[in-house]
Amino acid sequence: MPALLSVSGLQKSFGAVVVADKTSFDVSSGEAVGILGPNGAGKTSLFNLITGSLRSDAGSIGFNGTDVTTSSAAARCKMGIARSFQIPQPFGGMTVFENALVGATQGAGLSGRDAEDHALGVLEETGLLARANARAGTLTLLERKRLELTRALAAKPKLLLLDEIAGGLTEAECHSLIDTIKSIHSRGTTIIWIEHVVHALLAVVERLIVIDFGKKIAEGEPKVIMESAEVKEIYLGVDPDV
Amino acid sequence: MIEWTGAIVQGILLGGLYALFAAGLSLIFGVMRLVNIAHGDLIILAAYMGLTTTVLLDVHPFLALLIVVPVMAGLGYVLQRGILNRTLGDDILPPLLVTFGLSVIIQNVLLETYTADPRKLAGGAIETASVDLGGITLGVLPLLTFGIAVAVIAVLQFIFYRTSLGRGFRAVSDNQDIAQLMGLNKAHVFGVAMALALAVVAIAGILLGMRTSFDPAIGGGRLIFGFEAVIIGGLGNLWGTLVGGVILGVAQTIGAKIDPGFQILAGHIAFLIVLAIRPNGLFPRVEH
Repeated sequence: MPALLSVSGLQKSFGAVVVADKTSFDVSSGEAVGILGPNGAGKTSLFNLITGSLRSDAGSIGFNGTDVTTSSAAARCKMGIARSFQIPQPFGGMTVFENALVGATQGAGLSGRDAEDHALGVLEETGLLARANARAGTLTLLERKRLELTRALAAKPKLLLLDEIAGGLTEAECHSLIDTIKSIHSRGTTIIWIEHVVHALLAVVERLIVIDFGKKIAEGEPKVIMESAEVKEIYLGVDPDV
Repeated sequence: MIEWTGAIVQGILLGGLYALFAAGLSLIFGVMRLVNIAHGDLIILAAYMGLTTTVLLDVHPFLALLIVVPVMAGLGYVLQRGILNRTLGDDILPPLLVTFGLSVIIQNVLLETYTADPRKLAGGAIETASVDLGGITLGVLPLLTFGIAVAVIAVLQFIFYRTSLGRGFRAVSDNQDIAQLMGLNKAHVFGVAMALALAVVAIAGILLGMRTSFDPAIGGGRLIFGFEAVIIGGLGNLWGTLVGGVILGVAQTIGAKIDPGFQILAGHIAFLIVLAIRPNGLFPRVEH
């Protein structure tokens, strides 16, 4: 299967801080990939580079057969890349429904009734339909996380980037969120998911990429990766030589 | 007593014109936090465009709107994308300086082109037509101006809260970075907002030119009236802007009734009183 997203030799640093160091990986259409790494490893920066919020210093990003390295964030969204934020950032002055409509009209290019139907459909899927007319600024944390997902889905993404969407949720909340994400994935949406809540990640993804100091240090089957020395060292502080 | 009532009603109608001055200012400040110092001069520019159109084509100023409104809107889009977008950022100073420079340029171009002589748009019979309402005589043109102001604000309000374009304005105003990730092209959205603002400016300019004589130097005063109407009404609230214009208009006509030389000052005093009592204006937009 051809790669939907193809990241090649991506390089980005802020002064002496390297957030992407010759990062390369492909994601196939329909795949679900998890990204692990300690805080500050460059995971969120990687998302910023993929969505176009940040420009890379070197390297290239291909999406759906097109080189998008220099495309604007808005253009990439219209092509089918959407993301959710770790810290939810809704359009606080607008209602939940209007937040979804922005994605449906601008991102997915729908208009009128079609946009409204699509927005309502996404709200139903993410469980926010009952809150559709609430001002987004008044939502609880779980609702805000779901709104992040809603707004991204409203843009009809081919590639959905999830940034620590399970963080800060209770077990029960986390389970229902996993079910929602699984159903999105089963419809064929490609997902890249950054997550510290590892069991949530492992319930969905088929492949793991581990990043540290902007460098890809491991990639492969989730089980194999979780057993590997690098990951244990990063997460448990165990020195494999001892 | 009837004289005072008359003055108040005249003031309310004058407020409609001030609300038209202010609506464009309010719109672009709301969408992109840009304070446009050249706003008043753009109103005068529109009035002169109306003058040229009416003279060249020998048409009524209202028909000139069909040309001046799209031309000003187009100018707004080009101005925003060509110049003003480059000045927007974390620092509020560059757009202030650039629009101040623009103000000077517009004034001098108008001076070169049209000289400093006061000019007026020939509205014909409508300028002197009046209706008698229970002893108060009201000009048809001021009544029409007020009606147009209400209609313009209703349309802007509709665009802002009921259309995809308006959601784009609000999304960009709320969080530019996220809006771009949702597929909104910020530069284009700002361009459209400025186009809309200058379309309103065109209407304001033509109505101003039919009401009073104008010359290249009076833009600054219109800018101040517009600012005062926006601030009295509360930032980001278009109906509040109409109320702000009305308060300013009424204060001016009452001031003029007391002493003709007191007109402008009375408006400024009313503005200062509102600012002292309600620094956020009478109807600030409540959010979050």
